Amino acid sequence: MSITGLEVEVERDDGFETEEMTLNMGPQHPSTHGVLRFVIKADGEVMRKATPDVGYLHRSIEKIAEKVGYASFMPYTDRVDYVAAMPCNQGWAMVTERLAGIEVPRRGEFCRVIATELNRIASHLLAVGSMAMDIGAYTPFTHALRERELINELLQELCGSRLTFNYMRIGGCAWDLPPRFGEKAIEYLDHLEPIIDEYNALISFNKIYVERLASVAVISREEAIDYNLVGPNLRGSGVKYDVRRDEPYSVYPEIDFDIPVGTGEAGIVGDSYDRYMVRIREMKECCKIIRQCLSKMEPGPVIAKVPRNLKPKPGEAYVRVESARGDMGWYCVSDGSTAPYRLKIRTGSFAAMSAIEHVSRGLMIADLVALIASLDIVAPEVDR
Amino acid sequence: MTLFNSMPEMALTTTVDSMINWTRKSSIWYMVFGLACCAIEMMHTGGPRADIDRFGTIPRATPRTSDLIMVSGTLTLKMALRTKLLYDQMPDPKYVISMGSCANCGGLFQLAYSVCDGVDKVIPVDVYVPGCPPRPEALTEGILKLQQKIAEERWLVRRAPGEAHV
Amino acid sequence: MNSAEIVDRLRARFGDKIGDFDDKAGDPFVYVQPDAIDEVCGHLKNDEALAFDALSNLSGVDHPKTSTIQVVYHLYSYRHRHMIVLKVSANREDPVIRTVAGVWRAANWHEREVFDLLGVRFEGHPDLRRLLMPEDWVGHPLRKDFVEPEEYHGIKTSRESPIHGIKTSHESPTK
Repeated sequence: MSITGLEVEVERDDGFETEEMTLNMGPQHPSTHGVLRFVIKADGEVMRKATPDVGYLHRSIEKIAEKVGYASFMPYTDRVDYVAAMPCNQGWAMVTERLAGIEVPRRGEFCRVIATELNRIASHLLAVGSMAMDIGAYTPFTHALRERELINELLQELCGSRLTFNYMRIGGCAWDLPPRFGEKAIEYLDHLEPIIDEYNALISFNKIYVERLASVAVISREEAIDYNLVGPNLRGSGVKYDVRRDEPYSVYPEIDFDIPVGTGEAGIVGDSYDRYMVRIREMKECCKIIRQCLSKMEPGPVIAKVPRNLKPKPGEAYVRVESARGDMGWYCVSDGSTAPYRLKIRTGSFAAMSAIEHVSRGLMIADLVALIASLDIVAPEVDR
Repeated sequence: MTLFNSMPEMALTTTVDSMINWTRKSSIWYMVFGLACCAIEMMHTGGPRADIDRFGTIPRATPRTSDLIMVSGTLTLKMALRTKLLYDQMPDPKYVISMGSCANCGGLFQLAYSVCDGVDKVIPVDVYVPGCPPRPEALTEGILKLQQKIAEERWLVRRAPGEAHV
Repeated sequence: MNSAEIVDRLRARFGDKIGDFDDKAGDPFVYVQPDAIDEVCGHLKNDEALAFDALSNLSGVDHPKTSTIQVVYHLYSYRHRHMIVLKVSANREDPVIRTVAGVWRAANWHEREVFDLLGVRFEGHPDLRRLLMPEDWVGHPLRKDFVEPEEYHGIKTSRESPIHGIKTSHESPTK
């Protein structure tokens, strides 16, 4: 048996005949990434091909947009990516504001950024926790859930809900920050930053964990761009690109933060370990952003005056926001009525899912689980 | 003569029934069937803060070794056929908790063309937990209600005329 | 480079395959003929000065009033940080467009989704079949004239109101 990079060639000289097995993985499976199904053609433990089968969570959100109208659509955007719902709210609000020519007040922009970055931390916590659980370590998952519970408390105080927030409105945010929210947020960030180091000591630099992920499922820079991978998946392959810094929107131009990039520290650039470490380091950058926002905010209104029956002029707009899973494209066509004519949401997990068939050749079945977890795929983003 | 559902209500037989029900309700193993947003809240409910492991409910990966299926999330038509298959694979006696608005009645996705409006169209449901998504405390309440339901089952004692089968 | 300059370069090379350029309604876009879209995209990706190495979005829009289905391509270049929007119009009765899955591998699934939900056939696509809907689904849901089926495999697609089972006191018992 010889191993050459990604491909595993199996030659047998002992006279045994082998056959390819066809296995079915999903749509119900103990991984936490949602209802995804793979049809795996395997030669023993090594996969020849893993074909994804999606659509088990297709809730026709894009068609519903054409029925309910601009303002009423906000709760549906939470369900597009329920793990990181605030950036989805922001994407929808931004595309409608671009079509209708509405400007968001400055304090409203700061509230949006604080909510988005808190949600990004929560999403990355779930991503790294469930990645550890898929590899087989159950304890880091409970640690991550504990920290997520504290963020849920903060966001619950902000907007009333733990998971599907519906906090932003077209023109700004629904409410201002509650009293003493800034102090509680800073208290939480002071608590979180040492916990990230503790988490690293527990799992990130653990020898077994590193060997499971290093040099597994390498995605090169050219492949990542060709498949339109975005966000931490793209940055893990060495491309230093972040929509918040390179095509900035909202108040991100005034905030100073770094973009962590995969460097192949444990193996090859673009392997699963790089994508994992990019998420860990991004959590620390989010803490920096929130602190700067809280210190730069000034009193003022949080929402602009928007007409009750919003009817943007006919036209179209394409807006990209940096969600936890990468840049999300919102393409909206308006025909002058109260509901959009067509809405298309292009998500990062859709592209990542389409890349799996190619990247998984030659991997073992257990590595497929690590690959899905390292690409941070959630089913609602794929199916919408 | 079989012992099952054949004895009159006496101190001995009702005590035996209570003992059996107490052991069964304190060890309900649920299948991890998280479909959508409610799955995240189900994970939190099994997490460190609102821990349902203290009631004996632990997650199982396969339907063959689980008593309870918690349908958490939107059921699409494509998934509904597989849900029926998974329910049939569970051994008797089995229970179903429908968690969240989407599993109860379709929720806010009733306008959709590809969503099955409620899981009770495919499998029979024991407890409905409302919410979008239900808080961990609400799901815990749902499990406690299921425990109450299990506590009223009869094993030795004969059933009253007209009483439903489990 | 802004969109007008890119369109000029494309017109210089492809002539009448490039249609009208509209820069008034939001993001500027340019129309391309459906049988030339793969050559145009190949040139946009491989040319050094243009270098559109990423397909940011591919979506279909149904226009029953003009009896067309438009497919909109948003292309982005990581090297030069510019974006262009292309549109292809196809006849609504039998929409056929050349595929760009050979240019960007990201287009593979996007085109499958447009085929599934709108019914556009992409010529040359390696694996054109339904993506999000079940394999035996009939119809293309995102079309404006799509009618929801009454049931699917025995499951009714609407929830019956309980009003049909209610007996009120003024109804006669023999009814």
